[in-house]
Amino acid sequence: MNNDIYTKYLALDKMPTMWCPGCGNGIVLQSILRAVDELNVDRDKVVFVSGIGCSSRAVNYLDFDCMHTNHGRAIAFATGLKMANPDLHVIVLTGDGDCASIGGNHLIHACRRNIDLTIICMNNSNYGMTGGQYSPTTPIGSQTKTSVYGSYEPPFDLCKLTESAGATYVARAATYYPLQMKELIRKALQHHGLSFVDCASDCPSLFGRLNRLGDAGQMMLRWKDRLVSIQKAQSLSEEELENKVVWGEFVNKDNRKEYCDIYAENIAKAKEAANG
Amino acid sequence: MGSYQIMTGNEACAKAAIACGMRFFAGYPITPATEISEICSELLPQVDGVFMQMEDELSSIGAVIGASCAGKKAMTATSGPGFSLMQENLGWAYINEIPCVIVDVMRKGPSGGSATLPAQADIMQTKWGTHGDHPNLVIMPNSVEEIYTETIRAFNLSEKYRQPVILLYDAILAHMSEKIYVPFLDEINVIDRPLPEGSKKDYLPFRYTDSKVQPLAPFGQGYHLHFSGLTHDETGFPISNQDLTGLQITLGHLMAKIDDEYDAHIKKYESYMLEDADIIVVSVGITSRSAKTAVRRARDMGIKAGLFRPITMWPFPHHDFSQINLVCKAVVTAEMNIGQLNQVVTEDIDRNQKLVMKNLYDGNPIRDVDILNSIIEANKYEQ
Repeated sequence: MNNDIYTKYLALDKMPTMWCPGCGNGIVLQSILRAVDELNVDRDKVVFVSGIGCSSRAVNYLDFDCMHTNHGRAIAFATGLKMANPDLHVIVLTGDGDCASIGGNHLIHACRRNIDLTIICMNNSNYGMTGGQYSPTTPIGSQTKTSVYGSYEPPFDLCKLTESAGATYVARAATYYPLQMKELIRKALQHHGLSFVDCASDCPSLFGRLNRLGDAGQMMLRWKDRLVSIQKAQSLSEEELENKVVWGEFVNKDNRKEYCDIYAENIAKAKEAANG
Repeated sequence: MGSYQIMTGNEACAKAAIACGMRFFAGYPITPATEISEICSELLPQVDGVFMQMEDELSSIGAVIGASCAGKKAMTATSGPGFSLMQENLGWAYINEIPCVIVDVMRKGPSGGSATLPAQADIMQTKWGTHGDHPNLVIMPNSVEEIYTETIRAFNLSEKYRQPVILLYDAILAHMSEKIYVPFLDEINVIDRPLPEGSKKDYLPFRYTDSKVQPLAPFGQGYHLHFSGLTHDETGFPISNQDLTGLQITLGHLMAKIDDEYDAHIKKYESYMLEDADIIVVSVGITSRSAKTAVRRARDMGIKAGLFRPITMWPFPHHDFSQINLVCKAVVTAEMNIGQLNQVVTEDIDRNQKLVMKNLYDGNPIRDVDILNSIIEANKYEQ
């Protein structure tokens, strides 16, 4: 099963990946490919757009139409692509620095428009490609290359951010639960409107090493105690939820029109005005 | 037969773009370019085109590039502050050879400057704005009618050479109204990007073996295209740092595809009374109109003056200009900046030729009388 997906969708001649051993990005990418496979869509209509960073390098191993753009700008390129051809399934692969820091404005405006993109954030809580600096999702107190006395900037909760900006599908998955990650990504891909999946992941080479969290396996085991499902979180107090990561489907609604559909209405109005 | 209409420069730009097939516009409001957005927002949906007001200029050009990759002719319009923000994504379009048109309506800078006042101070930015080496195609019209015709040429060059093209004019041309000839659609010569033929599997999105332009397949048709801002090989996938020859080859191709076609299809300039000129005025855009009047007035006074006006500003017609100015005794540059055109012209004149600068950068246009005075000053020079 797995091997089928690899040969079907990966540019195997580009292997090995540039990701470090134990990096969570491979699990996320595998989950995406499994989800795409289950959708049974015309793969020629599936386009991956990414920015810059370890996460965004994922497109360089894919045998699809792919666009590896500038740092933070993937959502902007993807917006133009989708509006120019709404038949495309446009998937944005991004990271915490790429979409929440340098590309934060594009993220919230894409959510506001509710344009039918699926944004998948490989969130490893630091800038991996540049050597482990703190990002907008680094937990307070963490050691990074630019917070040697402990990170002092409050982090974003990307699910709350995208929900309040207007995204109509928001979920958090974790590399610790790859099958559930695949399910959440599949539902995001099927959703008509802006879907955002925050994929909690690990960077053993930098974040893990700098914070003495052990090797990749030990980092993975840390998730066991920290991950709390939405259902379980409802019965826990705020104190009990401190330092926990809540995962699951936060938003899945169809109460807002999708942007391409809204624009089609705008075209109809314009033609009516021109002819009237 | 088309019709004669009165319109502003920005209106001419928007209408010409739609007339030649532009169907995607993304922009962010900025004086003095905003009317282009406004007109596109009204007219594009009438022809099934897309208008998007983006959250900033970074996303405006990003969306334009994305739309072009989907096969649409796409454009954005801005002024200096917004053009500065576009530089990074513009570099992505250069290296990936994505056709698109960027309109920069120049206002007085630097920084916010004076939003409603004209200038010609982005000439060098259109050449060197984005980091790294890259080819340029920049067009500077000098009338509303020329904005119309040159907007169409900008799209044609862009599609033909898979290259971003910058249309550069100033706040005066943007807002002045003139009578222009608006052609019927079937009178317009429209060039569309070449599409690939043959097997999709064997198609390569880039071609670095010679200067020929590789046909561009649109996304979503099974070509499995790969575009990256990183230095890539002909497959579009990034090349490793172990293969450094690739870097030289890529840039060599980008430059050659423009250089090889330059004389026959890209260069464009106006020569006025240059045959016997002792004094050559070099000027572009709105200033060239004052310069032309100044040349006429100088002739009336018995001074043999002429005008050399690049319309394709970049690449600059260095070879032609250095031939034209062989026998003149002085060159006058007139421009609304501190001397950007002057710097270019310096490369082409002889040590015993006088170079006179006429610069104004207070937000006013340069008057013909001021250029005439520079011509008179230049004429006093004895070789």
